[in-house]
Amino acid sequence: MSQDKAQAQQQTTGHVWDDDLQEFNNPLPTWWLWTFYLSIIFAVVYWFFYPSWPVGKGFLTGTGTITYKNDKGVEKTTHWSTRALLMKDLQDARESQKKYLDKVAALPFDQLKTDPEAFGFVASAGGVLFKDNCAPCHQSGGAGKMAFAPNLTDDDWIYGGTYEKIQETITNGRHGIMPPKGGADLNDGEIDSLANYVLSLSGEPSDAAKAKAGDELFHGKGVCFSCHGPDAKGNKDIGSANLTDKIWLWANVPAAGTAEKKVEAVKAVITSGLNKGVMPSMKERLSAQQIKLLTSYVHDTLGGGSK
Amino acid sequence: MIKHEQIETNLGLMLVLTLLAISIGGLVEIVPLFFIKDTVEKVEGVRPYTALEQRGRDIYIREGCFLCHSQMIRPFRDEQMRYGHYSLAAESQYDHPFQWGSKRTGPDLARVGKKYSNEWHVQHLMAPRSMVPESVMPNYPWLMTPLDTSDVADRMAALRITGVPYSVDQAELDKNTKEFGAEVAKQLHIPDAQKNLVAQAQAGNYDGNPNDVTEMDALVAYLQVLGTMVDFSKYDNDRFVQYR
Ligand code: HEC
Ligand code: HEC
Ligand code: HEC
Repeated sequence: MSQDKAQAQQQTTGHVWDDDLQEFNNPLPTWWLWTFYLSIIFAVVYWFFYPSWPVGKGFLTGTGTITYKNDKGVEKTTHWSTRALLMKDLQDARESQKKYLDKVAALPFDQLKTDPEAFGFVASAGGVLFKDNCAPCHQSGGAGKMAFAPNLTDDDWIYGGTYEKIQETITNGRHGIMPPKGGADLNDGEIDSLANYVLSLSGEPSDAAKAKAGDELFHGKGVCFSCHGPDAKGNKDIGSANLTDKIWLWANVPAAGTAEKKVEAVKAVITSGLNKGVMPSMKERLSAQQIKLLTSYVHDTLGGGSK
Repeated sequence: MIKHEQIETNLGLMLVLTLLAISIGGLVEIVPLFFIKDTVEKVEGVRPYTALEQRGRDIYIREGCFLCHSQMIRPFRDEQMRYGHYSLAAESQYDHPFQWGSKRTGPDLARVGKKYSNEWHVQHLMAPRSMVPESVMPNYPWLMTPLDTSDVADRMAALRITGVPYSVDQAELDKNTKEFGAEVAKQLHIPDAQKNLVAQAQAGNYDGNPNDVTEMDALVAYLQVLGTMVDFSKYDNDRFVQYR
């Protein structure tokens, strides 16, 4: 134990435990002490510039200030705070995107599409907005989901594929409602006939005799025509589906392997009606500008938009 | 004078003094907030949860949703752009315990209300990957079981002790009517809690089944109200800046 001698010269706290257990009392290293003193000085300087001590019902706001322009362009100066810092950050964001946002605001949709710079912005900013707000329902790339939300990339539009209609859809939301059995008093045989008729409209296999009976019910007792139209092509104002194309949203006809299963799928929709198709209104969540970006994105980037 | 040695040789004393020493930092930061006038911003619209929403909140906590989801949008540019207006203290004034959190495996939920349809929430909670293929959120199929509504009044009474203004008598009901309006005040009345809960679940039909009241009804009702109480279009943002 060659250290014993050196240790004996060092100070101890004077406590002795279990006969010979002692505790050293070494001085702290100088560098450590100075860092400690400097951090105390730093804290005092910090109190001076930044919000710090509570006083009465308020607090010292410090002398540091932040000047920012709010979204209305009015300049404000206030004491330093993370919220003011955010306002400044948002101002910077607005200014760096101003070039593009001004174009998006000024150009009508068809010119937006042909302006490479503005359209590049639509594709990237619109794409981000779509991923955050729309893809959970319409799926990535807007491919849609059977029995949940429509495909946005095809030419088939429930509510209309013009810029105006798409903008209206995003702004106010949509909710397509079909009462059970179309609201009419139908028995199972009649529903069976109607299902065969509906399938026959898009060239799916169907029983000719039942389809004929269904035709009559569709335009008569079933009052289906009042919403889906006499030609069964649907009414875009109320979002009643076009029943003559091969695109299905609610009756999963494409996945049904056999003719019977297809009939079952359509019958199920007619019997229970539809109430689940809710497209939320975005006007409280997104700004008019963001909605315009998204409209352009859905119409021109996802494809399928109509004149 | 207590000597160093006395403290070191007395475990109980050392514990008490250690606790005192380390609580100073916390107390200095927290206590003044109770006295500063503007800690909780003054905004209209924030109200306690209805009986159904409160039960939904209890299920949210029971299922540990907070382990992956925070409910506080911080005042940063990226958060504001993604989630919406940063959270105000006022918005969680009736939350016991609050759900701020800092662990985000999933997105922040402070403003998820009305973002999706009820139908989306139901399908997403039953099987998240059916809606978001790359999700790592667990399935919660058991939420489609009947909700135990028998103790909701007790739960509200317990929250009342912490300061949530649920009412027990006519005088308190009148006071709430003045503060929140008649519609909301009725929902905050403890004696009617169970009746209100069932009525809201059946009218709102959150789980797609109007007849029975399930845990899903409660949880979705809760999710759909998150972050929707304050109408930010009514306020100048510069106002909230002043509070901090
Ligand atoms: C909660 C799920 C959900 C979200 C989120 C959602 N949608 Fe929809 N969307 C639907 C449903 C369901 C329909 C069909 C409504 C109907 O059939 O009545 C629809 C319909 C539409 C239509 C009309 C399609 C047509 O054929 O006419 C457009 C356009 C659209 N959504 C765009 C968007 C955009 C853009 C967003 C993001 C801002 C979005 N949706 C977010 C569920 C959603
Ligand atoms: C009150 C108006 C209304 C009446 C009456 C009505 N429908 Fe519909 N129907 C709709 C709407 C709206 C939709 C689309 C709902 C949606 O997208 O959310 C729809 C959708 C459908 C679908 C699903 C199409 C698909 O893409 O999967 C079928 C099938 C259908 N209707 C058949 C019928 C038949 C048969 C009748 C007559 C018994 C009928 N409807 C009566 C409004 C109506
Ligand atoms: C293991 C972590 C985890 C747990 C536990 C968890 N989630 Fe999630 N949650 C996620 C992830 C990751 C996402 C993003 C992907 C998705 O939408 O599924 C998400 C998304 C969500 C969303 C959609 C948010 C948005 O803005 O798109 C909601 C709502 C949600 N979760 C609710 C819940 C509820 C309610 C619970 C408790 C019953 C819960 N989560 C438990 C990980 C989790």
